[in-house]
Amino acid sequence: MDVLKIATAGSVDDGKSTLIGRLLYDTKSLTTDKLEAIKNKSEQLGYDYLDFSLATDGLVAEREQGITIDVAHIYFSTQNRSYIIADTPGHIEYTRNMVTGASTSQASIILIDARKGVIEQTYRHFFINNLLRVKDIIVAINKMDLVDFSEEVFNAIKSEFETLIANSDYKEQNITFIPVSALNGDNVATKSEHTQWYNGQTILEHLEQLKSEDIYNIGTPRFPVQYVIRPKTKDFHDFRGYSGKVYGGDLSVGDKVVVLPSQKESTIKEIFFYDENYETASRRSSVTITLADDVNVSRGDMIVKVDDLPTINKQCNAIISWMDTEPLREGSKYIIQHGVNKVLTKVGSIEHRILPDFSGVDTEASSLNLNDIALVNFKFNKPLYYDAFKAHRTNGSFIIIDNKTNNTVGAGFIQ
Amino acid sequence: MTQQNSWQIENVDYTFNTIKMKTNTAHINPLEHEAIYIFREVAAQFERPVLLFSGGKDSITLVRLAQKAFYPASIPFPLLHIDTGHNFPETIQFRDKLVEELGLNLIVRHVQDAIDDGKVKEESGRYASRNSLQTTTLLDAIEEFDFDACIGGARRDEEKARAKERVFSVRDDFGQWDEKNQRPELFDILNGQIELGQNVRVFPISNWTELDVWSYIQKEQIEIPSIYFAHTRATFLRDGLIWSSNDNIVYRDEDELVEERQVRFRTVGDMSCTAAVLSSATNIEAVVAEIKASTISERGARIDDKRSEAAMEKRKQQGYF
Repeated sequence: MDVLKIATAGSVDDGKSTLIGRLLYDTKSLTTDKLEAIKNKSEQLGYDYLDFSLATDGLVAEREQGITIDVAHIYFSTQNRSYIIADTPGHIEYTRNMVTGASTSQASIILIDARKGVIEQTYRHFFINNLLRVKDIIVAINKMDLVDFSEEVFNAIKSEFETLIANSDYKEQNITFIPVSALNGDNVATKSEHTQWYNGQTILEHLEQLKSEDIYNIGTPRFPVQYVIRPKTKDFHDFRGYSGKVYGGDLSVGDKVVVLPSQKESTIKEIFFYDENYETASRRSSVTITLADDVNVSRGDMIVKVDDLPTINKQCNAIISWMDTEPLREGSKYIIQHGVNKVLTKVGSIEHRILPDFSGVDTEASSLNLNDIALVNFKFNKPLYYDAFKAHRTNGSFIIIDNKTNNTVGAGFIQ
Repeated sequence: MTQQNSWQIENVDYTFNTIKMKTNTAHINPLEHEAIYIFREVAAQFERPVLLFSGGKDSITLVRLAQKAFYPASIPFPLLHIDTGHNFPETIQFRDKLVEELGLNLIVRHVQDAIDDGKVKEESGRYASRNSLQTTTLLDAIEEFDFDACIGGARRDEEKARAKERVFSVRDDFGQWDEKNQRPELFDILNGQIELGQNVRVFPISNWTELDVWSYIQKEQIEIPSIYFAHTRATFLRDGLIWSSNDNIVYRDEDELVEERQVRFRTVGDMSCTAAVLSSATNIEAVVAEIKASTISERGARIDDKRSEAAMEKRKQQGYF
């Protein structure tokens, strides 16, 4: 089974929900009863078209205000694969939702209103996709019907966006520009008659040929231990298995491994998935392993290959996205959850705040507000075993938890 | 038949085979492995988790996933069934058999008790259902056993309000969902920190679609209650839906004539709020084929959702699933 996760980003009224609704409609993923509801509601609101945004705007407040206010997950499938779209809101104050949506996505659709062109929020959307290392970006220049499907308008927006790309430090990112009218379905799943000058793919065609396989398989396996299984039954009296998900690469029986933080060495003896034994556990599989030696392993420990150690350190520098209304201040204490491991942290110095339009940095900041992005130094009460985010997406990221409220207040990308 | 999902059955992951094959990671069923990961996070992060078991296909799938997550140990938490008294008898029989075969620990709490205690008032009339009354009994049970995590089989594809639900969804002391103030969930990091009195609702199959569940049941050969397969049943028609006839439980007007029809259930809630569909699918292959061809959504057969466009969101805010 192949699943591709996609995030969407656009400003208010750029037509994001409409585009998603249109994708659902064109892939026949909208069932008759849902389509019926959209028709009735559209008529009731006095529209002379089908308002596909009604398919996704789920909360009462959203329907009242006609805007999207939280991340919604939408599902559709083609003969080829399944898709999960994280529909993230476009308001400037909701950057945290965009970071959240992009964190689990392999591809991203950035919407631009053809009448407005590249605006301040487009910078931010691109910046976040850049920061989170989202591999494939589709820039959907929408509402082309309102600019007479003009090639000049499309090209002007494209070249303006390309000046942004010049600032990017993620050169492997694939960026594709597509002229669309989400409302009428032009170049969404069907090639538009109105854009004869455009020879590229439709959005759906483009999505269909993206490879969801293994863009994050970099051959460096990390096995964070989630849970220790000790059945203590007659048949499994001395069984001691370590459960977790394999990240970054494969692990096989016979691999020489080291347990962190104890640095005890051993060998992988068995790999279980349910009641079957396997030679190899591949990336993203949730397995249970046993070790040849009686070493002490508990939740939060990490099993890695002996010749492939992560950084082991009581501090790190990370770019963080701050997600709380209560500001982050230098010297404050939080909990960092790095995968399944938790450490106490003290915020060292805020090196600089990064302006999310690629225009530079602000070195004066001593606190961070909601939606701020900054390079921050953290100190931990015990060593953390991490990689740089650019090298290892899962082992290079963490969340920040406020111990007073238990809320997730930030996300970090280790440098 | 629509084309959209026809690939899934042929390509449904064959994890057992491919996990051995070092190079072929694309064929791991990512949804299954994600769900197992979530189950283990629950067991590790909470002291008193519970699996909410309705006897429906989604909660039966959860039981299988939990078995896989903790093998060779047994499932390290009990099952809780909120019995409305309006359940299909087939569901209850199935529940008891499953619990016995797998040696599970089952807790049952009855909506009837809350009615008898005067805590909730039974609805009356044409659309009377005990669906929303379940909430009180559920919240009482959470308090009685001090459960800190309740695992449920809700899926985001089912309904618009559920599409916004987190995998770990925090409920306050009153069991309420603050949908506008949810914790962001990044990567697959799950923050289960809560205050005393709060609890977390956990949805391991959030990202599964209806067809994913059915395909999984087929592949794993999971047993499900007989009402999911075509059978002859006494039914009547109302509002274009096929209702089960049971004069003790389901209100029926005299002019709503009872007829025998060959039906099955696509989703199983209470008798008083679940409609049947005409079907001749007597085995899992035929059911999967029907689901793929269907142009009606799963919850289209849930009478409880039809009350208003925001029906689910309102119930969820009050503590419902």
